[in-house]
Order: sequence, then C-alpha cells, then structure tokens
Amino acid sequence: MEKDIFSRLAPRWRTHIATVGMLARQGFTQEMQYPKGQPMAVRRDAFPPGGGMPGSDLDFMRAQHLDPNNVQFGVLIPLGAAQSLQNIDLSVALCTAINDWQVEEWTSREPRLRGSIVAAYQDPQAAVAEIHRLAGKRDFVQVSLLSRLPNPIGHRSFWPIYAAAAEVGLPIGVHAFGNGGWAITGGGWPSYYGEDMMSHAQTSQSALASLVLEGVFERFPTLRVALIEGGLGWLPSLRWRLDRIWERSRDELAHLPRPPSEYIRESVWLTSQPIEEPANRQHIAEVIDWIGWDRVLFASDYPHWDFDDPQRAMPLPLSRERRDRFFLKNALDLYGIPHG
Amino acid sequence: MNDLNVGGDRPRPYRGAVDCDVQITVPHRDALLPYLDEYWRDVSLQRGLQTLDTAAFPRQAPINARPDWRLPEPASVRDQLRSLQVNLLDRYGFSAAICNCLYGVQLLHSEDMGQSIARALNDWIAREWLDNEPRLRASIVVPMQNPTMAAEEIRRVATDRRFVQVLMLVMGEMPLGKRYYWPIYEAAEECGLPVGIHAGSMYRHPVTGTGWPSYYAQDYFSQASAFQTQLTSLILEGVFGAFPTLRVVLSETGVSWLPPYLWRLDKYWHGLRSETPWVKVPPSEIVRSRVRLTTQPFDTPADPAVVERLLDHIGSDEMLLFASDFPHWRFDGDDLLPAGVSPDQIAHISRANPLATYPRLAEGVVP
Amino acid sequence: MARYVVCKIEDFPASGRMLVEVNRRPVVIFRLGEEWFGLLNTCPHQGGSLFNGYQAGLAESDRPADYRYSRQGEIIRCPWHGWEFDIRTGRSRCRPDAVKVAQFALAVAGGKEIESLDDVKGVETFDVKPEGEYLLLSL
Repeated sequence: MEKDIFSRLAPRWRTHIATVGMLARQGFTQEMQYPKGQPMAVRRDAFPPGGGMPGSDLDFMRAQHLDPNNVQFGVLIPLGAAQSLQNIDLSVALCTAINDWQVEEWTSREPRLRGSIVAAYQDPQAAVAEIHRLAGKRDFVQVSLLSRLPNPIGHRSFWPIYAAAAEVGLPIGVHAFGNGGWAITGGGWPSYYGEDMMSHAQTSQSALASLVLEGVFERFPTLRVALIEGGLGWLPSLRWRLDRIWERSRDELAHLPRPPSEYIRESVWLTSQPIEEPANRQHIAEVIDWIGWDRVLFASDYPHWDFDDPQRAMPLPLSRERRDRFFLKNALDLYGIPHG
Repeated sequence: MNDLNVGGDRPRPYRGAVDCDVQITVPHRDALLPYLDEYWRDVSLQRGLQTLDTAAFPRQAPINARPDWRLPEPASVRDQLRSLQVNLLDRYGFSAAICNCLYGVQLLHSEDMGQSIARALNDWIAREWLDNEPRLRASIVVPMQNPTMAAEEIRRVATDRRFVQVLMLVMGEMPLGKRYYWPIYEAAEECGLPVGIHAGSMYRHPVTGTGWPSYYAQDYFSQASAFQTQLTSLILEGVFGAFPTLRVVLSETGVSWLPPYLWRLDKYWHGLRSETPWVKVPPSEIVRSRVRLTTQPFDTPADPAVVERLLDHIGSDEMLLFASDFPHWRFDGDDLLPAGVSPDQIAHISRANPLATYPRLAEGVVP
Repeated sequence: MARYVVCKIEDFPASGRMLVEVNRRPVVIFRLGEEWFGLLNTCPHQGGSLFNGYQAGLAESDRPADYRYSRQGEIIRCPWHGWEFDIRTGRSRCRPDAVKVAQFALAVAGGKEIESLDDVKGVETFDVKPEGEYLLLSL
C-alpha cells in the first residue's frame, strides 16, 4: 500500500522518505509509541493471500468482508501518518497522493465504497484547496480529521477546514488517534497499550467538547461531524456534564447562545465501534435511547483487530426500524446517498 | 446526634450524613506564614510569593461558588467555617464533613518548596479548621512533586487521626498508577487511609490529550475525562493488587461516565490481559470493591427515570459517597442528590458507605 | 456418538493446526506434542476464526513487573480481539467458567481398529488402510 502511494509522490518526497523518513511527533521511526496488541493492530486473518498489507487488496476485502457481511455502503478511512507529519509540505503531498489512490484503486472499482478526503490540517489553506479539488466527486463522502491534533480540534486555526466542509456539504469525520505531540492523558504518558487504547474514548470526548465549546457548531450551523472509533457509551454523560457547565458559565461561553446538548443533537453522529459490551446488553440500548437512534452509525473498523462483526456487534432484539437505521439508513442520510 | 438547628421544615434524610467533599480555601498567602519555617517564610516575603490559587478552580468563576454561598474574597477561615456550618452541617444535621484544600501546592516545580508549603498547609488545616469544628475531618495534602516526600508527609500528619485520607490531584506529572507514585500508596495503606483523588491538575500537561483549550469551561469539563484515564492507569499498573487494602476515592469527578467506561475497559481487558497479567479479575470488579466516587457533580439530567437507569447501570449501592462539593455550585436549594436516588440508596450513600470507606470516621465524632 | 476420521497422522499439517468441517461444524484441531485437541472454530465473543489465531503461552503474574510464562503454544488468541483460550480445555483465560469454546474429543486409532467400528465416517473421502494411524474425532 505504501508503495502504491509513495510512487505517486514527486522524487523530492520519495528521497525524503527514503532518507529521513516521516517524522510524526513521536520518537520511533518505525514502531508506534505503544507497540500494538497485534501486528499493525490488524486482524491476523486480514492479510491478503497475494501479499501486501491488510486493507490493501480490494478483491480480498470483497471476499472477506463486503460480500459475506452484505455491506451495501462502506466508507474508507485511510489512516497512516500523513496527517500527523512534522513536515507540512510532505503532509500535503501525501494527503493528495492518498486521495488519488482511493479513487483509482478503490472507489472507481467498487461502487459500494466511498472515500474520505484526508487533508493536511497543519496547512488549512492547502486543506481547503484539497477539499475543493475533490468535493464534487462522487468518490468522497466526508473530510477526515483525527481526534489528537497539536491543538484541540475546535481551535480557530482549523476553522477554514470547517468552513470549506460546510460550504461543500461534506461531514467531517473525526477518527480517534493521531499524534498531536501531547501525552494522551492530561496526567502524562501511560505505560501500556491498553491504556492508550482506552484513552481514545477520552480524546474523543475532548474533541467533541472542544468543537462545541470553541463555538464551531455555532459558527457553522450546517456542519455535520461524525466521531469515529471512540465508542459511543460516553456521549450521554458528556452531554449532561457540558450542559450543566454551560448553565454555570454563561459569561465565559457568551458565544454559545444554546446549550451544548442542542448542538450535539443536531450536528453530531457517532460510529459504534468499538462498541461497549456491558454484561447486560440492554444497557447499551438504553444508552442509545439517550443518544438518539438516528445518530448512531455501524462501523466495523475492518481490518483492524478490534473489528466489530455486524452479526454480533448489537446482540439485541431491535425493531426493524432501529436495525435499518443503525446498520444503514443513518449512514446513507448523513453521507447524502439516495435511498428509498 | 448533631441535629441542632435542624428545623421541622428542613429535609431530614441527610441527618447524620457524612459529607465526603467540602472545599476549604486559603484566604491569602499570609495565612500560611505562621506555619512555615523561617527560611520558607522569608522566601515567601523576599520573593513576593503570590497566593497559590490553581487555574483548576478560579475563585471567582461562577461554577466555583454557589451564588447564595459566595463570600466576599478573601474570605476568612471564620467566615468560611460559619457558612459551612449554617448552610450544611447545621442545616441538614451532617455528622461529619471531610475538607479538601485545593491550594496549588502541587503545581510548584520546586520539590522543596512544595514540601514546605504542604507541611504548612496541613498544620494550618489542623489548627484553624479541625480545632475549631469537631465535625470536620480533612485530607492530607501531599507534595506530589516528590513521592518520597509525599509519603513522609503522610506519615507525619497521619498521627492526627482527624486526617482521614490522602489527597492527590487527578492530573500529575505522570499517570497515577505508575510505580513512581507507589511510595504514596504504601504510606497511605500503612496508615489505613484511603487515597482521595480530586479534580485538579499539576498542569505539567494540557488538560486534554490534544492540547490546551481556550476556555475554563473545557478545563473543568476535562476533569471527568482525566479521571477515566487515571483510573485505567491505577488498574492496569496493578496498584490494587500491590496494595491489597488500599481504597481509592474519586472526588468531584462526575458520576455518570462510570458505567460505559467500565464496559469498555472490561472489553479491552479480555483482549489485552496478557499485557498486564497481574490484573486477574475484570476491571469492573476491582472498581466495585476498591473505588468510590463522591456524588457531586453527578452529571445527570433532571429526569429521575434517567438517574434510576444510571444507578442500575452502576449496579452497586456501595460505590457512591455523599458529597456536597461545598461551596462549588453543583446544585441549588436542597437538591443534594439528584431526583431518582431512592431513600434506601440515600442511606447507603450518605452514611454506610462513608463509614465503610473511612475507618477513622468511626472514631469519636460520628455517633 | 459419531466418529469421524480426520486424516492420517502423518498428514497432519506441520503447522500443528488444521481446520475441518464436521457435520457442518467448523472445528480447529491443534496438535500439542502427541496430544490432539479439537475446538469449535468460532470465538464465543464475536465469532472470529480461532484457526487464524496466534498460539501463545500463558502469561501469569502475582504482581507488577513479575512475568511468568509457561505452556508455550497452549493458549490460542483469537485473531480479532485477542481473547485467550486454553487449547486443552476450551476455557477462556479471563473468565474460564463463563466463556468457553466447545471441545471435541480426538483420539489416534489404527486402521484395523477403525475398520472394526461401524459408526465411523470420513471427514473427507479417503481410504483407511489397516497399517495406518489415523486421527479420530468424536462428536
């Protein structure tokens, strides 16, 4: 996959990667800050038989996931370091290469799949240009950002990106992870991968609080945001807490005329994976009652190791309407795919 | 029974309650001068040290004092104490209240300065507060900058049995489960004291894992997320196994985040157990037996049905400790706990659970 | 009880594991030395194929910084979420009483013995020769 993408770069950047690599606000050049629980954090059964990385072979993805799980609509989210690089020009170049690769290798070949525009948030002007370059194509259904940036995601430096997304009518997908350069907890760097994984729920909370409190939804009322891969159980508590703080902070938050829960209810969607697994599964249904069944989107996270199987992720008797919404219709609505 | 001044029209379910989190405030730097040794007293004067108020709790922020409890600043100990007595202890007939002092001792980068001011602070608490109100109990403030010094301070102050827990801030130099901090847990366990982890930060890191927010509102919001990450640290680092009788109290955390957090942690533990093989039972079991949360803020909506569901998700009547978080503005009127908490649960939360959590409460004052 | 001839012992894969379908059930067979263990190839958590998992040892500890590692290869970790199962018992490491994978009994039998049994079927069609040794799965 990296070869597919690097070959699209100018010689300067190929040399750069071959010599100094891709510095990404972390200490290792190869390994991640927290060595993963499984190689590259993928399902061990997701390596394509023909070689290459998991998630790099469309035919194998069809055979292993899209066909058996009857996936009718799938959103691609290319992770990798492109968006967290210290070298901004390289980041811009890589994002463009990844976006073109999504079209040529994936979305043009498989109508069920749509892509996410990755944009170099470090250079909002370049990010805006990339959004405008691609927004008209049917291949892309959202703009992709990460939860961990050098500044909280609601920070004004990112607003040109939100303005562009709102203008072209694409949602922002905020995927947990990324390297902002800060410790993942407010109390420093934890020891274990398990803590790193757990903390993505908290950085997703920080990201959402930031979007609301910094005034992004107030300023861009048509902007829609999907929070991805942070789970969903924490949302009601976050909403209740933010509302209470807002009531007590009207002077400081004079730029927010409405309570945080209203912005969230209108503008925010959540993907399910990795779905919380209470001993009494009915509890997760109650939590979604509080969130709203029209705001939750199924996500598998294929081919990652904490993949949620659509057959098992929601082991509850659901009404037909809720089932349809959770597994398909909410996503079609959010991403503007016509359906009957 | 301390039911003086409890009028017939006052809500009575809280009579005899233990309030596990009330805030007391150092009025001004000078209040501590008499408690500092000569060198540090002179350092304070020579260098013009300011009052060490922490950004985690700006005094004048509306959220940090209920309007009808707000005193003109700087409020003397006498005025603060009277307000506490009139508004809580006497009004509801509490049997005891545990004071937490969130003076910014832990924020200092000099370990020695942190140690000296922490000592002065604990002595000030004993003399000026505990000596003047027999229903008060307190937490030992420790210089988290240096866990060895912190352990020394615990052993020094714990001889005064009116100190019933050790106070740590939720955001420190590094996650609280790390072995670096174990001398603190060792001393706390040895003295039979729970470790109370309170909202607050040493500000060594931004309060979010993604940088510094623009608004105090997000700083305050982030305390709840910080509790989640630090609880993960305490569990996965094996603190509860290494210190088998240690109890941890999470104060001013918000409560409603707990169930989904535990669902997620249990899930990941199933897959990542071998990374931390000393964690032998599901994390939720460890939390249910060893961790307690104070009840303000609760972070639930007004609808009692939601609160009932949430308590069912928590699945235990033993985990919550009653607290007003006085004088912070968490509730209005007499709504000490949210609607939806049953009278039976109130009895557990306000009396039985605190007495089970703080062994020293049973000594003397609490009838 | 039905018994199924899985394969000739000498044909058992050198990888030490084999996936077969018996009576429409997927079964993963592990070889630990001269012992064979059969488990349903469906993780009770979310259904991952244990056949594709990693065979690890058993990590145990009584306190942080103490790592005891034993029984190399006897714990299968699901390729998806990494749940650990004891290949010998099918029990999950985290909650051995609550979470288990169904087990299937395996035995080695000589060809002559098999010819004398009347309820034996083949997992696939192949000839059982009297002098051969075969893996026999009971259902």
